[in-house]
Amino acid sequence: MAQLASALMTMIVGILGCVVYFYGSNILLDKIFPTKNRPAQDVARNLRIANNVRPWLFLGPAVLLLTFYLFYPVIDSIRLSFFDRSGDEFVGISNYVWLFGNDEFFESFQNNMLWLIVVPTMSTFLGLVIATMTDRIWWGNIAKSLIFMPMAISFIGASVIWKFIYDFRSGGDAQIGLLNAIVVFFGGEPQNWITMPFWNNFFLMVILIWVQTGFAMVILSAALRGIPDETIEAAVLDGASGVQIFFKIMVPQIWGTIAVVWTTITILVLKVFDIVLAMTNGQWDTQVLANQMFDWMFRGGGDFGRGAVVAIVIMVMVIPIMVWNIKRANAEMEGR
Amino acid sequence: MITSSKRSPLTYLVHATVLFLVVIWTIPTAGLFISSIRDKDQLSVSGWWTALSTSEQRIVTRANDPETQTKEGDLFVIRGNLLEGGSGVVVKFGSSSLKPEAFNVETLAELKKGKTLQVSENGDYVLSSPDEWRGSRGQRIFYTAEIPPRFTLDNYREVLGTEGLGQSFLNSLTVTIPATVIPILVAAFAAYALAWMRFPGRALLLASVVGLLVVPLQMSLIPLLKSYNLIGEFFGVGSKTYVGIWLAHTGFGLPLAIYLLRNYIAGLPREIIESARVDGASDFDIFRKIILPLSFPALASFAIFQFLWVWNDLLIAMVFLGNNEEHLVLTGQLRELLGSRGGNWEILTASAFITIIIPLCVFFSLQRYLVRGLLAGSVK
Repeated sequence: MAQLASALMTMIVGILGCVVYFYGSNILLDKIFPTKNRPAQDVARNLRIANNVRPWLFLGPAVLLLTFYLFYPVIDSIRLSFFDRSGDEFVGISNYVWLFGNDEFFESFQNNMLWLIVVPTMSTFLGLVIATMTDRIWWGNIAKSLIFMPMAISFIGASVIWKFIYDFRSGGDAQIGLLNAIVVFFGGEPQNWITMPFWNNFFLMVILIWVQTGFAMVILSAALRGIPDETIEAAVLDGASGVQIFFKIMVPQIWGTIAVVWTTITILVLKVFDIVLAMTNGQWDTQVLANQMFDWMFRGGGDFGRGAVVAIVIMVMVIPIMVWNIKRANAEMEGR
Repeated sequence: MITSSKRSPLTYLVHATVLFLVVIWTIPTAGLFISSIRDKDQLSVSGWWTALSTSEQRIVTRANDPETQTKEGDLFVIRGNLLEGGSGVVVKFGSSSLKPEAFNVETLAELKKGKTLQVSENGDYVLSSPDEWRGSRGQRIFYTAEIPPRFTLDNYREVLGTEGLGQSFLNSLTVTIPATVIPILVAAFAAYALAWMRFPGRALLLASVVGLLVVPLQMSLIPLLKSYNLIGEFFGVGSKTYVGIWLAHTGFGLPLAIYLLRNYIAGLPREIIESARVDGASDFDIFRKIILPLSFPALASFAIFQFLWVWNDLLIAMVFLGNNEEHLVLTGQLRELLGSRGGNWEILTASAFITIIIPLCVFFSLQRYLVRGLLAGSVK
């Protein structure tokens, strides 16, 4: 409890600090460049200066934090990738040479590609299907809410939940994992799913699909509701079937949203780490880049050079989406 | 939406499919919860879906000490109850591990040297011997019993106490609350500046924020770890502090916060802000008196995001808070347990449920804001 009290105290101090900073700096600015009861040209000059400075008072903390936590580290990671394990000695491109000769890297890369293909596709597809169906039934909102729920569960929590489902008992013992129980019920042989090379990747992906489908569903559902009714009514009048309406009228109209959902999940997949760490820690051919990076960051006291190289691979894969996002945001802001 | 007549078979198919999907989506969590409140002996031998039915268990126990023997006629007798007051029905028993189910209940089992053992359905047993019972420990008895379902909160008591989940819960709160509030304040001011103030470099800054939205955390970890070590050394406090993780979460949450809030604030009606300006209000007044109250929905959306993200985060906590006992957050603790108590599902299920209960409550009570935030953050 004392700890929580101190956390609350710090929070109050932090908030007060912010308030004092914003309030104080603004008052200070008004004091230094007063705009009241002054000769006209002074007022004009002071007003101009104050208006030039004030945005930076508002932006100051944010810019500082962004620089320290995101801008600078990205640059420094690139620098570190050319340095040795402690980050002190320049080693040229030897980390990159190591990376491309490393079997584990190719395994991770391959698995990452598999994740990138399967997870966004399945999540978006299932999300779209569920969104379409739940919009047509009276208890759709309850159904959506339940399918959306895994969003709130941590990846590590989700991993425990699914590890329990994949649980395997050898010998003739009763299976307490749901999946094996179902297999046994239908007369099959129980399997140790997690250690089954190649296919175990898919059992891990199921977890992320389980978590992300709700996200896709919520966004796509809103987009579907935004489709003008006239377009659908016209199609109905023309005698289009339900399936035709879905694929030829509805999907093309929400194509932009589908792309957004897809890319958002893609980025998440690139960063996926907790699930692999918790389920297999990269054993049995399930390694992925993010987990490999984490591994090198701490392995044997940490190898910063190699860790940074793996991080850069992830970054490079994200860049196309980043560029696309910026272009899209710019276009949208010009429209305003 | 697509109009279809109410009773068409297609409608039933939709109902059935959605129901099927909902079941698939909820069953994993339901299984976890049910398992966490089951008796740990039952949990380890039967699936949670059998939780309501009687389970058959094979159990080994020891009879009472030879000290408790009484002389009845020529025989030395030890009496007791195998189930020790618990409910259940004994069906079979035995005296050796090779044949734990050698005898049906109520039969008189002949053991070595004229000793006998008899067990009745309610667990009462009678051990008798022509000679005096020796040794300090009681005779081993194997039995198979049908035990009715037992639900208990013992698992929770155990993980909250001895497994250290209670402490982790506090740690998680300590990390989460400030890490949710600080970025909101910082981002709200920045968002206002980006939306309504004119200054050189605004477009560039906005584009950077959008770009930073997708920068993988992995890029930041190593340089920040180095910086933290240096700063920690400089102040002599070590690199793993709560302040450190609050600021880290603030930094990583800012791009989304600024982006969401800017979009919302930029959408507020221009007239309100301009008329306030004409009345001589400074930007600070406008922000405080007009923008903040009007942006409440957007602030709430982001707060929920950030709360869920921070509470559920494992990576940042592991890097910036470490995994020593007194700093371990719930996700970290769960990961430790997964390693050390991998087979003890009663511990894992109860711990997992404790880690997900707060986010689930937040989710179900504030879902409206969460959905709104998601939509503002990605659609358009």
